[in-house]
Amino acid sequence: MKYESQSVAKLYFIAAIGLFVGQIVFGLIMGLQYVIGDFMFPEIPFNVARMVHTNLLIVWLLFGFMGAAYYLVPEEAETELHSPMLAKLMFWVFLVAGALTILGYLLVPYATLAEMTGNHLLPTMGREFLEQPTITKIGIVIVALTFLYNIAFTVLKGRKTVITLILLLGLAGLAIFFLFSFYNPDNLVKDKYYWWFVVHLWVEGVWELIMASILAFVLIKTTGVDREIIEKWLYIIVAMALITGLIGTGHHFFWIGAPEYWLWWGSIFSALEPIPFFMMTVFAFNMVNKRRINHPNQPAVLWALGTAVMAFLGAGVWGFMHTLAPVNYYTHGTQITAAHGHMAFYGAYVMIVLAIISYAMPMMRGRKACNSAASQIVEMWSFWLMTIAMVFITLFLTGAGILQVWLQRFSDEPMSFMVVQDKIELFYWMREGAGVVFLIGLLLYVYSFFVGGEERTVEKKV
Amino acid sequence: MSEVFTKSMARNIFYGGSVFFFLLLIALTYQTHEAWPERDNHENLTDQVRHGKELWENNNCVGCHSLLGEGAYFAPELGNVYQRYGNSTDAIKAFIMSRPKDGIEGRRSMPQFNFNDEELEAIAQFLKYVSGINTNDWPPNIQG
Repeated sequence: MKYESQSVAKLYFIAAIGLFVGQIVFGLIMGLQYVIGDFMFPEIPFNVARMVHTNLLIVWLLFGFMGAAYYLVPEEAETELHSPMLAKLMFWVFLVAGALTILGYLLVPYATLAEMTGNHLLPTMGREFLEQPTITKIGIVIVALTFLYNIAFTVLKGRKTVITLILLLGLAGLAIFFLFSFYNPDNLVKDKYYWWFVVHLWVEGVWELIMASILAFVLIKTTGVDREIIEKWLYIIVAMALITGLIGTGHHFFWIGAPEYWLWWGSIFSALEPIPFFMMTVFAFNMVNKRRINHPNQPAVLWALGTAVMAFLGAGVWGFMHTLAPVNYYTHGTQITAAHGHMAFYGAYVMIVLAIISYAMPMMRGRKACNSAASQIVEMWSFWLMTIAMVFITLFLTGAGILQVWLQRFSDEPMSFMVVQDKIELFYWMREGAGVVFLIGLLLYVYSFFVGGEERTVEKKV
Repeated sequence: MSEVFTKSMARNIFYGGSVFFFLLLIALTYQTHEAWPERDNHENLTDQVRHGKELWENNNCVGCHSLLGEGAYFAPELGNVYQRYGNSTDAIKAFIMSRPKDGIEGRRSMPQFNFNDEELEAIAQFLKYVSGINTNDWPPNIQG
């Protein structure tokens, strides 16, 4: 760690990991509700568990992104953070706001929460992923703007690199597009259309800028490859992400009342969306092959390679599978979408946050470069357990989805939704089993932080 | 990548491409706004339907159901539930009212929301309005 103020990232990373555990616990509850329909009913109905599961994911990834920025921006800019105090203050504001929101979901009926928080004054609640009370949304905006101010001023007073520039653009886009969450017209078609300006332009737009810049930073540090080469890759990857992803938004406009030409625009451009992810895979492997040092932190390199591969599979391959309009006509809103969502989020965003945590955390905890060999082995076991479990979760959901499409939509005598759900139960049980393995992997990951021992030393490549 | 392809070329593609396609997205969005009056069933968007949408949101219905294919996949699609229930808002209301408070042993069951008559009517009318949106013939069949 080169600058004292980088250490504020530690708070953010610890919170991220803690909320990640919570997210997975609620995922397992939902998975069980898929097969034992009245599990925890009516105390924690499915919709509540789902809100907690998805909102915790969003919040902990945001903690991860902010932590990543606080760690890497001072190092890139070669200066102390503009205001470490503000970073710490905003951490607690965000954590308390997040915790209160989750408690609100769990302790009172959603309609009561809407009433308590004055949703009628500015109705924004009750839309997928944007379930947070309006007051929480305002809090998110305040935290995001303060964070941006802090990061931008650090960049401005120091060295400006392509990594910090792309990261800053991504983070600014994240804050700007979130503002669409305050637009909730009565007209459902418009509501849905602009809802995607938050959701799609986040995960298939500006978040890719954040991901690619964090990946570039970790690769520079762990491979020692020349910055010029890495920055050229970074530019071209994020160029392809936005060139394909902006109009790619159209693949969400097929069936929600938007005009028919979106079937063409959406299909063609979203079919190109795997390109930036494929480039990230080639990029990561290329840089590791051309490495000039053997960095002693092996798990960090593993997560960096893993995120590139899994993002391509989850977002690229599983996304392409159902993105063409004639296919999507049958798969829209089935378990195929769920399968894609799980692997894409894990591959692209969970793993990139774990990569930067893996790289940065040992130094913030007072080590020179990395953890002990024993700790690294445990962490790499957790990598494989979580990643393989996620592959199987995705495969089982895909199996469930194919059967669902066939039985409910494609066969000559379509069956009703609930009848089909009973018929594909076996796949939901297997998904739950894979989910348990994922949790074991995650607990092992947490445990790896507590494995001590002598630090491995830096070996220069001969 | 070879030396022929320089970093400044990559940078220009990033800025040029992003700005161009962002402007294209705005242009297509404008065109979409122009096309909506023909498709979005706004003529049936009454105050009652507005109230129905508010109830739909305030009770987080999308946390279990999908609506035009978006939402959760735990409970049936509701974009065409009006047709599935025989073009009857009464049938929709009867179903919502009939849900047992403590669920059904071992099975998924919708919670009992204790809506009053006026609220039930608003929700049913909202779902009827949604079923009139031009969705390019989605879903493929009545089962949603």
